[in-house]
This record gives sequence, structure tokens and C-alpha cells, in this order.
Amino acid sequence: MENGNKDAYWKATLGLLTKVLIIWFIVSYGAGILLAPALNNIHLGGYPLGFFFAQQGSIYVFIALIFWYAKKMGDIDREFDVHED
Amino acid sequence: MELQTTIYLVVGLSFALYIGIAIWARAGSTSDFYVAGGGVHPVTNGMATAADWMSAASFISMAGLISNMGYGGTVFLMGWTGGYVLLAMLLAPYLRKFGKFTVPQFIGDRFYSQGARTVAVICLLLASITYVIGQMTGVGVAFSRFLGVSADAGIYIGMAIVFVYAVFGGMKGITYTQIAQYLVLIFAYTIPAIFISLHLTGNPFPQLGLGGDLVGTNTPLLERLDTVVTELGFSEYTTTPAGSMLNTFFYTLSLMIGTAGLPHVIVRFFTVPKVSDARSSAGWALVFIAILYTTAPAVAAMAKLNIHRTVNTAVQAQGDLYAPEASIRAEDRPDWMHRWEVTGLLKFEDKNGDGRIQYYNDKTTNPEVQKRAEAAGWKGNELSVNADIIVLANPEIAMLPNWVIALVAAGGLAAALSTAAGLLLAISSAISHDLVKGVFMPDISEKGELMAGKIAMAGAIVLAGWLGLNPPGFAAGTVALAFGIAASSLFPAIMMGIFSKKMNKAGAVAGMLAGLFVTLFYVFAHKGILFIKGTDYLDLIGGANSFFGISPEGFGAVGAIVNFVVAYAVSKMSAEAPAEIQQMVESIRTPRGAGAAVGH
Repeated sequence: MENGNKDAYWKATLGLLTKVLIIWFIVSYGAGILLAPALNNIHLGGYPLGFFFAQQGSIYVFIALIFWYAKKMGDIDREFDVHED
Repeated sequence: MELQTTIYLVVGLSFALYIGIAIWARAGSTSDFYVAGGGVHPVTNGMATAADWMSAASFISMAGLISNMGYGGTVFLMGWTGGYVLLAMLLAPYLRKFGKFTVPQFIGDRFYSQGARTVAVICLLLASITYVIGQMTGVGVAFSRFLGVSADAGIYIGMAIVFVYAVFGGMKGITYTQIAQYLVLIFAYTIPAIFISLHLTGNPFPQLGLGGDLVGTNTPLLERLDTVVTELGFSEYTTTPAGSMLNTFFYTLSLMIGTAGLPHVIVRFFTVPKVSDARSSAGWALVFIAILYTTAPAVAAMAKLNIHRTVNTAVQAQGDLYAPEASIRAEDRPDWMHRWEVTGLLKFEDKNGDGRIQYYNDKTTNPEVQKRAEAAGWKGNELSVNADIIVLANPEIAMLPNWVIALVAAGGLAAALSTAAGLLLAISSAISHDLVKGVFMPDISEKGELMAGKIAMAGAIVLAGWLGLNPPGFAAGTVALAFGIAASSLFPAIMMGIFSKKMNKAGAVAGMLAGLFVTLFYVFAHKGILFIKGTDYLDLIGGANSFFGISPEGFGAVGAIVNFVVAYAVSKMSAEAPAEIQQMVESIRTPRGAGAAVGH
């Protein structure tokens, strides 16, 4: 791969990574910790919302984030022709 | 069938299964021994990683801790799952592309320094050995509670079982036994939880039951739990944090970074065939982990409500908790309470001599609770419940059949054994691959190295068993020490090795040492130098949690920040990494060309 292309690939990778980390931070440290007291005034079924994010929701979002990341990385790999096989 | 016979049968069958797998999956090469030949399917690896990850602490103690801490228990739930996002994006795929056998090998090659490799080996050994002691004591505890043998005999039996599949099978044997162990432990965990959820909320899914209404009422379970515990003087279940909000933040962050930096977890991702597999495999690992981790908070809250309901009839009837006839009579208490009183994990003492059990927080500062307790003639809390009971006695509290109780025994053992085996592999490969082959005998043949690996494994098992029989003081500090070290030294070094092309030897070594030093300094200030009683030096740092109220368990993240800052500063003052190293970094950043992991 040429140098310019290599840089573009890495830039795309870091861009995706930043997006994932922002969501990762918002659901866990944001909704689950910093904003939890405020969110607890809202209810999701019997769950206070902040408590829900802390003990359930954030974990589900983590799973979704990893699979989304894996899929998007696969797309980026093919776009820049660095994929395996 | 007698309960004891059933337990022997179920545990015996599970052990026979593990040994059968061990005979089938023997290691013939170093590649088999270190990375299971590199051909493990990503879903399979995810399941093995889940068993590797979920220890005796996750299985036996975590729900109990959450039950006591309420919302504060969140630090474990998010901390021990969120790290997989970091692992999947920041480390696993790149280390897989690097294609070697161990974590210290990456650090040594990337920072072109045997010194860096040796520092990494020391960090790995410190973290893994602390961790493995907890597993061995867990094996002893599970044996002594369920099988009627002494804890010591339990540890010997556990050592023998691990010996068979870890020494002969290496990573290959461990991987396939871990899959069996995962299935045993997840059924053992979820079946009682499903029944308890059905019983309380009518919903078979504990995750939904936790957010549901109590059977026959319109009151949400969590709301009722909050009301009951606050009326009895405990802190509110759904809102009370672990210390301050800042501490919750750092505690969670330390566990996340530590999780991603623990070598025995990282090496599992060296076993999959491709870089893309390493990414998705982390997702599968988290799916299998989440089945237990989303069930645990439900078990915690439901068991807590159940215990209050058992001893106070007004909890169910929504009446006056302080009414004299609401507390149950001591002679009416259920059989499972008698059974666990024998073990000392549950204690009842009739302090006011009324023949009834009063369970409340007698240390509350809430004046109204104090007034009501006094008016009711309560003279102190009469029931103490050890956190471990929450999982272990769960099937009995829910009145489930004997085979479920037996399954919980087998599940606790599976959780402890699978984690112990993964740790032992990380320890033995650091010795045989990084020290014997890497430093002392670079010309050793593959056959010789495989033999060295097996001997190191056997030695590690004996050491772990010995430490389990004679636990040193630091066994209790597993979380602070193992996660602190992984977070403050290994994670930043690996991450900078991948994401900064210019990061050099001097920066990485200085960063690792600085991160390790400040973390150990803070942890030892609280818990004693090497956890030896009486050697703590809290005065020197100005009292407990003196650094912005952060507890020693949450300090790993601070150590990691120190590591990053020191490494950056030192690398700016010294020559940047050589061109061939920068090229190597470029090559691990792209997936194409990832072959199977090789030893040199």
C-alpha cells in the first residue's frame, strides 16, 4: 500500500474508534455515573433510568458497539484493500 | 436421592468431562501449547474467554457484593464488561496481527529491549499470581461447603484436575475444557435466577424481572426494595454510590483498563485464525459474559428482597415493618437458614429476647428509623448475612430441587478452575517463552521449549496450590493489585506501542515503571507493603483515600495516566524509535498478511 493510502486507512480507523469511544463513554460514564442521579427521575418500566444504564443498559450497548466496530472495520479494510483472504 | 450423593455425582461427572477433553486435546507443538495451534473459531474462543474471565469471584461473590452495595456495585458490572470494548478496538486485533505467543514478547519486540520485556514479565507474574491465589482458595471453599471435604483436600483435588489438562494440553486443552466449564457455570448461574425471578415477578427473564412489578401488585420490585431497605435504615438500593461520584468514575475506569490489560485475557485472542476474528471474538466473549453479568444484578436485588421477605412478613403484605408480629418467630425460620447457620455465613442472635428475628441497620443515622426501632423494642440487628450466601444459597431459598444445588457447586468449581488454568498458562508461557527462550536459552529447540513450558506449568500449579493453602496477606487485595498493575503498566505500554509509532524504549520503560510505582505506592499505603499487616503508611499520604477520595481499587486509572504522561515526556527527550520499528508498527496496523502466531 502507498504511503498516502496507508495514512488514509489509519485515519479512517481512528475516526471509527473515536466514534465508538464517545458512545462507550456516554452510556457508561455519562448515563451510568455522571448523569445517573438526574436520569433516575425517569423510569423505564420498574427501572430508574440511571440505574438501568449502570447495571443493564451499558452492557448491552458495549456488545452492540463491538459488533458494529467489527463490521465497520471490515468495510474499511475492504475499501482500502488491506483485508485478509 | 440424597443431596450429598447428588452433589458428588454432578461434580464427579463434570470432572470426568474435563479429563476426557484433556485426553482428546493434547498439545503436540509449542503453537498448540501457547495458542492452541491458532485455529480456534471466534465464537468458540469467545466462549472460552468468558470462562477464562469469569472467576470464582464473579460466580460466587459478585452478586453478593452488588446486593450489599446496591447501585455502588455498578463499578464491577460496568468495569468488568466495558474493558472488552477497549480490548476489541485498541489491543486484540493488532496483537493478533503481530502474531507472537505472549504479551511480554510484544512489549520486548516493539520497544526493542530485553529490559522492557523483563519489566513486562514481572508485571505479568505479579498480576497473575495474585489472581490465581484467589482461584485456588475459591476451589477450596467450594469443595468444603458442598462436598464435605476440607478446604485443603479440595485444593489438592483442584490442582490434580488442572494438572491433567493444563500440563498435557496447554492452551489447546485449556480452551476446550473452558468451553465445557462455561456451559456448566452458566446453567448453574441462570437456572436458580430464572426460578427466583418467576417466583417474585412472574417473568422468566431475570433481566426483565428486575425492572418488573412484584407478582399480584402494581409495585415495581426495585421501588418496593428501596422502600423496605430505607425504612429499615439501610441506604437506598438504586442510588447509593461506592464512595463519591469521582471514586465511582475512577474505580470503574481502573477495572475497565485493567480488564483490557490482563495478559491471560489478551492471549486468548492470539488463538483465532484472523485479525477480523479477533475483533468479533471480543464481541462474542462479551455476549457470553453478559449472560451472567446482566443476571447478577437481578439475583442481587431479588435475593435481598427475598431475605427481607423471609424474616419480615410485612415486606410482602406491605404493612408496618415495625409491627411486633411482622418479624418472624425464630423457631419458624426456614431450613436453609439453619443449614447456613452451621457454616457461620449466616448468624442469628436474639438480642431483645422476644423470640423473633429483627433484621435492620442498627447503625443508621436516620433519626426516624432510630425512633421507630426503639419504640418497637428492637435492641440491635439480629441477623448477619455473608455476601457469598446470595449465590450459594439461592437455590435453597427458592426451594429448587437437589440437582440444581449440585449444579451450583459444579458451577462454582468450573468458574474457579477455568480462570486458574488461563492464569497458569499466562504464568508458564511467560517463564518458558519470555525468560527461558527469550533471555536465557535463545537456541532452545521447539521440543525443548515445549518441555520447558510443561515443566513451568507444573511448577506454577504447585506454586498456586501452595499459595492457596498458605494464602499471603495480599490474596485479599486481588482487585487493587492485579487490576492496578494491569491498568497502570501493561495496558498503556501495549496501547502506545500500537498507536504511537515514535514511542521509544526509554519512554515505554520509564512509563511502565512510573505507573507501576505510583499505583503500588498508593495501594501499599492503604494495605501495607506487600500487604504485610502493620506496614501501611497512611499518615505519609494524609489519610485513607487522600487522593481526591479515590480508593486504592480505583487508583489503577491514575497510574495509567501517570504512565502515559511520563512515557510521552521521556520519549520527547530521547531519540525516536528506529525506522524498522516504525515500519513494524505500520505493518501491525493493517490486517492483511496475518499468519498463524509464531515463536520467533
